[in-house]
Amino acid sequence: MAAGALGWWGVPLGILAGTLRGSVPFLLVSLGECLTEKSGKINLGLEGTLLFGAMSAYAISYLSSGIVGPTLAPWLGVLAAGVAGMVLGAIHGWLSQQPRVNDVAVGIAMIIFGGGLANFFGKPFIQPQAPQLPTIPIGGWSSLDPVQSALQISPLFLLGVAIVPLMSWFFKSTRWGLYVRAVGDSPDAALAMGISIFWVRMASIVGGSFLAGIGGASLSLFYPGVWTERISSGQGLMAVALVIFARWQPWQCLWASLLFGGAQALGPAFQSVGIDSYYYLFNAAPYILTLVIMIITCSPQRTLAGAPGALGKDS
Amino acid sequence: MASTTTWRRSLEAVALPMGAVLAALVIFGVFCALAGANPLAVYGSIYRAAFGSWSAWQNTLIRASPLMLTALCTALPARLGLVIIGNEGALVVGGLAAVSVGLGLGGSLPGSLVLLAMALGSLVAGGLWIMAAGALRHYRGVNETISSLLLNYIAIALLSHLVQGPMRDPAFVSKPSSFEIDASAWLGTLPTTRVHWGLIYGLVASVLAYILIQRTTFGFAARTAGGNVRAARIAGLPVGKLTLAVCFLAGSCAGLAGMVEVAAVQRRLNESIVSNYGYAGILVAFVARHNPLATVLVSVLLGGILAAGGILQRSHDLPDATVLVFQGIVFLCVLYSESLYGRFAFFQEREAQVEAAVASV
Repeated sequence: MAAGALGWWGVPLGILAGTLRGSVPFLLVSLGECLTEKSGKINLGLEGTLLFGAMSAYAISYLSSGIVGPTLAPWLGVLAAGVAGMVLGAIHGWLSQQPRVNDVAVGIAMIIFGGGLANFFGKPFIQPQAPQLPTIPIGGWSSLDPVQSALQISPLFLLGVAIVPLMSWFFKSTRWGLYVRAVGDSPDAALAMGISIFWVRMASIVGGSFLAGIGGASLSLFYPGVWTERISSGQGLMAVALVIFARWQPWQCLWASLLFGGAQALGPAFQSVGIDSYYYLFNAAPYILTLVIMIITCSPQRTLAGAPGALGKDS
Repeated sequence: MASTTTWRRSLEAVALPMGAVLAALVIFGVFCALAGANPLAVYGSIYRAAFGSWSAWQNTLIRASPLMLTALCTALPARLGLVIIGNEGALVVGGLAAVSVGLGLGGSLPGSLVLLAMALGSLVAGGLWIMAAGALRHYRGVNETISSLLLNYIAIALLSHLVQGPMRDPAFVSKPSSFEIDASAWLGTLPTTRVHWGLIYGLVASVLAYILIQRTTFGFAARTAGGNVRAARIAGLPVGKLTLAVCFLAGSCAGLAGMVEVAAVQRRLNESIVSNYGYAGILVAFVARHNPLATVLVSVLLGGILAAGGILQRSHDLPDATVLVFQGIVFLCVLYSESLYGRFAFFQEREAQVEAAVASV
């Protein structure tokens, strides 16, 4: 798209633009998963949540645009995506806390269930065009059209960036943040403090799923801005892996999300300057990057620094 | 293990998953009713399309064959305590290897030899693919669930790359595909049926897996390591080698499913091979509680439900994702049933009840 006027400059520009666009779902899902995992439970089902959120946002935006107008409709869609995420989160939160039920297995089931629901209800919305979220242009300093059209950021990106310091502060300095960390690090101590482990985890999982649902809204209402059955293509799972890489810290989630968004933009960016023989292999870049990062950061000898103590243990 | 369980316990192990599937059917019925379809009619259609006639049975069995194989990809590592969900990826690389071998040998060898080579190629490719996830787990502590899932996407990207570029048959325009494998190397059908030999592959693999896990020292070592890794290490069991071997066998089963799909159904490689058999296999393994013989039964059940997917769309105006929703509901119900073991007094032994009563006093 940007290749014509810019030549090879199209590659870094494409990657930069792709980073701004593509990192939004990674950021929101990884923040949601960060909150969930801090409480000691894993939610692999955020992949399904992302898909269901994307569908809900698109459907509500399309259906309500006739009633509330195309300006407000996408925001209703975002809200609907968050609520849809919370519903799936509540199922996960309840089921994964039953005795002898493995949270990883529940996550896999929720991927199938969430994806199934999304495709079931989303079928009528594949064709119609729903009103999209507005974008904020930040390329106004340049006189070149391709630069201006490439540098657009989503309000949801700003929302995600705003949540980062808030969540960091929440964990460090608030009573509720302490509750979440206590439940995740040492459930026994939390119980002794008189905290309900069940409800803290439930709240963390539902809250995390809310963010993941909004991440889905950014897929269908911002970029790529359509609803298709394969729109999430594993981004929810990559975000889960990304939280491990980010050592369960919101600020690190932000940097990691930008990195992943950039990796995702490699294929399209090279295609834009005419290198398309390896297009599909470049598209595998984020998955390979995730794998490489996990190989580098994980170790069989020790648990990772910053990992919640009760994570992955049966309660 | 099997010899010490009594009939009440065995009944519990059968009744709870069955109950979960029944509960899932009821919830699915409510879901269908909310979506505007008559649940009883939907049940009837599923039954007729899945098991209502010999023709329906054949459709069901054709779909059950790859499920039996992909289910083993999750069930075998599960006995070792690993949650592997790379079934789809192993199936894809298995299909890829089978087609590469089949196209490479072409008509130069007798068909049965080509088929054998294709099967071997798919076994090795799928096996190495999942073994990679097992090796990462053992040597680097990388979460095998996430890594095997990422490998799915990498396998699919590799497939897309190859069928759009290097392996593409330019004469086949409807969908980017590889060249067709030689007709002598197509996997035939069982006598007098439409069901291909893949069914026999699936049955044999399941029985072999059952014997391996339940009746050999290798299987005993694997189950021990699955129960308690630290105890297994102290007992001197080679946990690393066990992990690699089990993951290889698991992946090779899913790889073989890819070969079956290519040689018996698709005949050329394209993205139709990514048709959710891998993900459905995960469900089969969990419903069967990772027992290789039970997976056969569950595969036939799920194969029937998959076979009914089309009829739901045609006669009840339900989208094809309905089957996926149903799978999700079954999966969630079966997982919930895990928490019910030991909750019903009927399934407990008399002594155990007395002991429990004494302990509670």
